[in-house]
Amino acid sequence: MTHRYRESRLILAGCLALSLALGIALTLPAMAQDKPRYGGELVFVVPSEPPSYDAHQEETFGVIHPVAPHYSLLLRVDPFDKTGTKPVGDLAESWTISKDGVTYTFKLRKGVKFHDGSEMTSRDVKASYDKIIFPPMAMKSLRKGAYAAVEAVEAPDPQTVRFRLKWPESSFLLNLASPWNWIYKADTLAKDPWWYEKNVMGTGPFKFVEHVRGSHWVGKKNPDYWDKGKPYLDGYRAIFISSSSAQVAAVRGERAMIQFRGFTPADRDSLVQALGPKITVQESAWDCVLMVAMHHEKRPFDDKRVRRALTLALDRYQGSQALSRIAIVKEVAGVQVPGTPWATPPDELAKLAGYWRDINASRAEARRLLKEAGVPEGFAFTFKNRGIPQPYEPLGIWMIDQWRQIGLNVKQEIIEASAYHPMLKRGDFEVAMDFQCGFIVEPDLDLGRFLTNSDANYGKHKDTVIDDLYVRQARAIEPEERRKHLRALEKRLLDEEVHVLYTLQWHRIIPHSSKVKGWTITPSHYLNNQLDTVWLSQ
Amino acid sequence: MAVRVEAIREVREPSRWIRAVRDFCRKRPLGAIGAAVVVLMLLVAVTAPWLAPYNPVTVDFGAMLAAPSAKHWLGTDAFGRDVLSRLLYGSQTALIVGFGAALIGATAGAVLGVGSAYFGGRIDLYLQRLMDIFLSFPLIILALAMVAILGNNLPNLITAITIPMIPRCALVTRSSALAIREMPYIDAARAAGFGHARIMLRHMLPNVMAPYLIMLTAFLGQAILLEASLSFLGLGVQEPTAAWGLMLRGAAVEFAEAAPWMAVFPGLAISLAVFAFNLFGDSLRDALDPKLRTL
Repeated sequence: MTHRYRESRLILAGCLALSLALGIALTLPAMAQDKPRYGGELVFVVPSEPPSYDAHQEETFGVIHPVAPHYSLLLRVDPFDKTGTKPVGDLAESWTISKDGVTYTFKLRKGVKFHDGSEMTSRDVKASYDKIIFPPMAMKSLRKGAYAAVEAVEAPDPQTVRFRLKWPESSFLLNLASPWNWIYKADTLAKDPWWYEKNVMGTGPFKFVEHVRGSHWVGKKNPDYWDKGKPYLDGYRAIFISSSSAQVAAVRGERAMIQFRGFTPADRDSLVQALGPKITVQESAWDCVLMVAMHHEKRPFDDKRVRRALTLALDRYQGSQALSRIAIVKEVAGVQVPGTPWATPPDELAKLAGYWRDINASRAEARRLLKEAGVPEGFAFTFKNRGIPQPYEPLGIWMIDQWRQIGLNVKQEIIEASAYHPMLKRGDFEVAMDFQCGFIVEPDLDLGRFLTNSDANYGKHKDTVIDDLYVRQARAIEPEERRKHLRALEKRLLDEEVHVLYTLQWHRIIPHSSKVKGWTITPSHYLNNQLDTVWLSQ
Repeated sequence: MAVRVEAIREVREPSRWIRAVRDFCRKRPLGAIGAAVVVLMLLVAVTAPWLAPYNPVTVDFGAMLAAPSAKHWLGTDAFGRDVLSRLLYGSQTALIVGFGAALIGATAGAVLGVGSAYFGGRIDLYLQRLMDIFLSFPLIILALAMVAILGNNLPNLITAITIPMIPRCALVTRSSALAIREMPYIDAARAAGFGHARIMLRHMLPNVMAPYLIMLTAFLGQAILLEASLSFLGLGVQEPTAAWGLMLRGAAVEFAEAAPWMAVFPGLAISLAVFAFNLFGDSLRDALDPKLRTL
């Protein structure tokens, strides 16, 4: 019995050892795969060209994608955080916030050098932020409004930068991680504040090599990059291709490895079908949304019952399932991207008008409201939409069909893309598609457009309650308090007053070569483009 | 008895129109096929509400991108809309725009051409130079510019397609009218003291009817093609209206591999319509042109 017992123990031990050896043998190559490899050139497609090289003055990803690898930020969004909302130090090594929430002090890294060999100090950070927040006369700074709380930027010593605020602002730290706030050299800015429009010189992981307009942009590894051991790539090449079919063809033909903005579901499917395991797909909710603006000064849209009926008609849950097969939309969301810290929980969302789970009850209520407001069956109006295929056209067709189901007869008028924004600003519409794309998911950045005096308040609503709730949430230091104000603002905006109507959250789809490692998708196509963490497995 | 036989003969003798149609069919079978397709298109357009199995604008997500089947003979599009129903209703759009633009364009062109030839001198000079300016632009470019200026709804689309057609028709009718102007009966009408309008409308326009009809049929095909092109470019009729060019854009391009029926059937419809109008137009020209008739 003892002998047999010993024998079986030996067999068991042998089996265990064999499994362990097999396990190690199988895991090792995978582990080796996860260890960054040095070398290689990343080739990626950029769908548009940079109008200038100065991100402080620009608002297109066409600047960020090819040019961001040359620069550093004071803070950046954690390149591995899928929510794209976690600030980490870039040039800042550490920071402290005063108890009253109005002083932010940053300690900078030592030994950071510009590509010309000069040392980066707090003077450079101050000069860059002064350019953004207090730009020289005649120079535009698109994001200075986001820093209205800043009273002064100070550089008390070469390694310290201090921001003094007029009032506490809960979004301030994340706002400093804005991908647009590249740190420029103070001396260069002092000589010529416009120098960075046509020249490139930063402290980023890659040095500038060349830009051939209409063709490509090339960067090479910066051997003096402050983060020793990075970047992993020898360089990168951004190729400019505006046609979406040509972009897909470039990835399919393996002439490009990735396009950082996003592809459509059909493109994704065709690439996966063509390339199989050679392609890896990353997907995320996208910090872009199409909304419907209803002109509050035009009848019958001045009546909130009519506006409420329009949102109640939409079956967002069914729309999400179906449209995500053909368009770059997917998630049903409130005023924040799902999965991010301030997003509305689904149960709470389902209580808002237009988000009810029972679409029949929702549409019955919509019909009742229209009747009560004196809107006759078959009432006709024109819906203005922007002449861009994705996702404007599919969403437009979907909404017109949804409104038809509550007895409205909607005609669509497509306005050419460049004429669209002026049309919205003129208020030359009854009901029109409005749009928003953020660079970081943060209520302060996303909701400012709904303030009564905002330039983007195209529907021309006047609502001091919204204005007050916005300020309250922005200045709330405690997360729970902020959440409470946010939910109240959302309920007023989308349910009680229905000033606007949210459609579906965009959905970002990045099919890329499986060789590309170290890059994580976030909800914003403006984030995570410094490329210092990216490497190629082959 | 002889009188009765004569009477029967007289009754059985087909009318002039029927004889003309019969001759046309016999002498020009291709043109007759074209004409038959045109007539069929007209019938389909008029009876589309009864023929179409589904509402062409109703979205049905349960039937998205369905292949042709017994339920949906020509499949469905990316929104689950029945392709056959949209094709049938699309013929209405094609014919409204086609006939509208061709009729207005050819008529306005004929009036201008006759007027230009009749008055001659400076009026003729200035009008023809104006026509030359319009003629120097390719048809599609001029239509694109017109849509950009006017905006893209159905009446504007018809206008945009009409304008480039006017100078083309004016040029052809002017050359015919120049010959007619020199005819003795025009001199006689002048001598009788008739007004310019009466001479042009009563005595000259009817005599340029042959080139007018030829241009009209030729323009019909072109106008349908132009409408489809503009709609394909997003500058014509707007969704959710059913239109052939519109059916070829957007999801039809994106899903060309997975759901080819979305593009194939409207493409075929456009080709067939244009081909039919061209065949009919060519044969009509052969039949009406006295020079070709004698050959």
